[in-house]
Amino acid sequence: MPEDPPRPRLDRKALATALNAVETMGDAPLSEARAAIIDDAWAHPRGRAIGVTGPPGVGKSTLCGRLVQRWRSQGLTVAVLCVDPSSRRGGALLGDRLRMRLDGSDPDVFVRSMAARGRLGGLAPRAFEAVTVMRAAADVVLVETVGVGQSEVEVADLVEVTAVVIQPGSGDALQFLKAGLMEVFDRLVVNKSDLGALASNAARELRAALRLQGRREVPVHLVSAEDGAGIDVLADALADGTPDPGRRGDALRRLMVDRFRAWHGERIVVALGGYAALVEALAGAPDRDTMTPGAAWEALESRLRG
Amino acid sequence: MSTPTRRDEPWVMRTYSGHSSAAASNALYRENLARGQTGLSIAFDLPTQTGYDADHPLALGEVGKVGVPISHVDDMERLFDGIPLERMNTSMTINATAPWLLALYIAVAERRGIPRAQLAGTTQNDLVKEFLSRGTYMLPPGPSLALQTDLIAFTTRELPSWNPINVSSYHLQEAGATPVLEVSFALANAFAVLDAVRARPDMDAATFSKVCGRISFFVNAGIRFVEEMVKLRVMGRLWDETLATRYGITDPKARRFRYGVQVNSLGLTEQQPENNVYRIALEMLGVVLSKGARARAVQLPAWNEALGLPRPWDQQWSLRLQQIMAYETDLLEYGDLFDGSVEIARLEAKLTDEVQAELAWIAARGGVAEAVLSGALKERLVAANAERLRRIERGEQVVVGANRWTESARSPLLGDDGGIMQVDASAEAAQVDALRAFRAGRDSMRVSEALERLSEAAHGAAGFTLMEASIAAAHAGVTTGEWGEVMRRTFGEWRAPTGVTAGGVAGGASAGLEAARLRVAEIARDLGRPLKLLVGKPGLDGHSNGAEQIAVRAMELGMEVVYQGIRLTPIQIAAAAEEEGVHAIGLSILSGSHLALVPEVLAELARREVAVKVFVGGIIPEADREPLLRMGVARVFTPSDFDLTRNLVALAEAVLA
Repeated sequence: MPEDPPRPRLDRKALATALNAVETMGDAPLSEARAAIIDDAWAHPRGRAIGVTGPPGVGKSTLCGRLVQRWRSQGLTVAVLCVDPSSRRGGALLGDRLRMRLDGSDPDVFVRSMAARGRLGGLAPRAFEAVTVMRAAADVVLVETVGVGQSEVEVADLVEVTAVVIQPGSGDALQFLKAGLMEVFDRLVVNKSDLGALASNAARELRAALRLQGRREVPVHLVSAEDGAGIDVLADALADGTPDPGRRGDALRRLMVDRFRAWHGERIVVALGGYAALVEALAGAPDRDTMTPGAAWEALESRLRG
Repeated sequence: MSTPTRRDEPWVMRTYSGHSSAAASNALYRENLARGQTGLSIAFDLPTQTGYDADHPLALGEVGKVGVPISHVDDMERLFDGIPLERMNTSMTINATAPWLLALYIAVAERRGIPRAQLAGTTQNDLVKEFLSRGTYMLPPGPSLALQTDLIAFTTRELPSWNPINVSSYHLQEAGATPVLEVSFALANAFAVLDAVRARPDMDAATFSKVCGRISFFVNAGIRFVEEMVKLRVMGRLWDETLATRYGITDPKARRFRYGVQVNSLGLTEQQPENNVYRIALEMLGVVLSKGARARAVQLPAWNEALGLPRPWDQQWSLRLQQIMAYETDLLEYGDLFDGSVEIARLEAKLTDEVQAELAWIAARGGVAEAVLSGALKERLVAANAERLRRIERGEQVVVGANRWTESARSPLLGDDGGIMQVDASAEAAQVDALRAFRAGRDSMRVSEALERLSEAAHGAAGFTLMEASIAAAHAGVTTGEWGEVMRRTFGEWRAPTGVTAGGVAGGASAGLEAARLRVAEIARDLGRPLKLLVGKPGLDGHSNGAEQIAVRAMELGMEVVYQGIRLTPIQIAAAAEEEGVHAIGLSILSGSHLALVPEVLAELARREVAVKVFVGGIIPEADREPLLRMGVARVFTPSDFDLTRNLVALAEAVLA
């Protein structure tokens, strides 16, 4: 029996070039050349994207570093997008790369840090495009957001599965639950299990709260990014599964309409029947799950002409 | 006068030195002792300080640079050839690998038949300040502090004349700490050390009192010498009071505040370097004038430290200053000159209040270890240093020759060789060859048995056993890298918080910041995105203060900064540049290894076809500037380029060009 061909390694050069092009786009809508890069990547998804979010200081970066190590030990190639806040004056200190405590010389790990550049929502302006090209390059794409508050949950639109990380004893978890925002999260992670009873109590309270909301299927993980406890189970659960075209399509449609609206103005969107109607129209297209960003853009523009 | 005046004994006089090889350093020590030095202060190279052998990839370019390489017991033997250990007072600036270097020292003594109890000296052995500013840590904080405590317990039992720890505030001032921060961080650290020692099951009250009597401090003294003297008087009083009240130490001798000093290098200038001679003399006044707070041991830097490595003559010149102060002046003939001074008492009261407030702030953050782990202390240091630099840039803090009265004739002291020591470039290769020959000649069975026992001792975590196992390993011919490897395998490695955060920036804008911001924004528009800069330190040099300030200022100017930290290989730097899509890399190198490391980074970037501008900053002798530029470095920045804003605008312009 012939052996499987060796898995191609990460094409670092191509990924670096594509990401540099993506980052240099500024706020303009897609130019044709750049749309081509992204459309091509969009058409060839390879990996599953995983979002990690949670309040500042909860240990997201250290946790992400542990997840990467686990996936690498399984031979998976990994691309990581780290989003850090920008200062109000525009500069940024991108420190997640260091906080992940990775070795830094593994050719099959690729970490790109992006500044939020004043944008709310926990992501960088070109995060969607960056995740798209990363997804075409690596087996697993990990997206670490800016430490978010309760209203900043956009990452869930970009990825197949989202984990929210919570600090034991902080009260954050219950706030998230009360605000009804837990719906966008697939897994809850209580970090710092090395704290002992404080952490296990937090996990128990979360499970109870989820039951009350009728969401008992949401798993709660108790882990320690510091000593590595519980990481393997979490990493395997997150990486288990294939790219989800339906969910990816939903995100694409919403995002393209957002950009379209921002560019042409709310007036035009209203004239065409409103935001919801446009999303609906894209969802009704025959190629709804294979539609590229370029094609979605054209479909919207053709409505304007028609 | 007919009766001879009774004079106090002068302090121990040392010079921090060591370079190239054990044999070369031994010759230097003998020369220094012959010139009247009364103790030794050993500078180890960075591979030795961080537990790597001379042939490890991270050791490239660092062997014999900032100190002497000691790879095994024969190196240590050679270092002290002809020097009587039983009569010497030896201070070793060694921290992460302190148990190992002390084990080698003891092994040499045992080879010579000298009882352990006759050994006198100091191991620095202060890991907290390594995490905060000096950067030669090896293990995570938990095991680092456990090893630190083990060594203290061991020497208290076995080497009663040894100072097992030099709680160091020196490096905090070099990192920009104000006197308040320096005193409070150091005292909080020392109290944490005592708490850890007292909590050991093998510690009884009598032994604990002995430990207290052997704790010593290693402080800094800057140019504001009145303030520095007040600082030391306050430190001494707080130490004495706290040992009595909080730790119940009744023996006043065990409560005495004992400290050695190396005066400030941070304020020494590359411009008009001869002025540094005056600065060093004035800085020394702060630690000798007041008899009640006088240093036990003094080390002075050389006038040309900001230019490169000092030569033996430069060190001799500094030693002569100590001798003139002790033997020509009348300083040692009087009691304390300042007791009863109203003005000094007022300054002491003010500083004491500020220190108490700061100690409460640290306690509120869970104590010194927690505040280090969370990065809270580091952020305070980075912010304090940023404020210091801003004051110099704005001219509010006068630095003669740097930001005032900068006109100068060329100093004849610089001579034809640039006025610094040229390190023998073949020293590294020679050390690597000698190490490999040593390894080949060992009894390999005995070595692997010793490593096995060392590993067991490390896992058992019983400090007495670990020290004894290390001494046995030293006798068996284990190397520094092998010892370090056992520790890393057992306890894991660690990267400390950097303190580089947007929140760490305090105070007002520096001169020209607004205009610079506009220019950087224009350049960003031309580039199509904000300028992205990678800042990192290749090699083993852990002095990250400069790199941190560059990162923070670049962020203030609107750049997007990836701060990669310390102890990076060329591959790690090039890989990060590729992944991050940066426009420029800023490399900070203070250890003198730039001519070895920079070409490696450039070659790795070329191999990956990463087109990026590379900038180098640090202690770069003028003669090395041209070679670096010819290799392809875009610009070289040295200590005389103290205006960070201007440097970064120059960097941005070069990226656009």
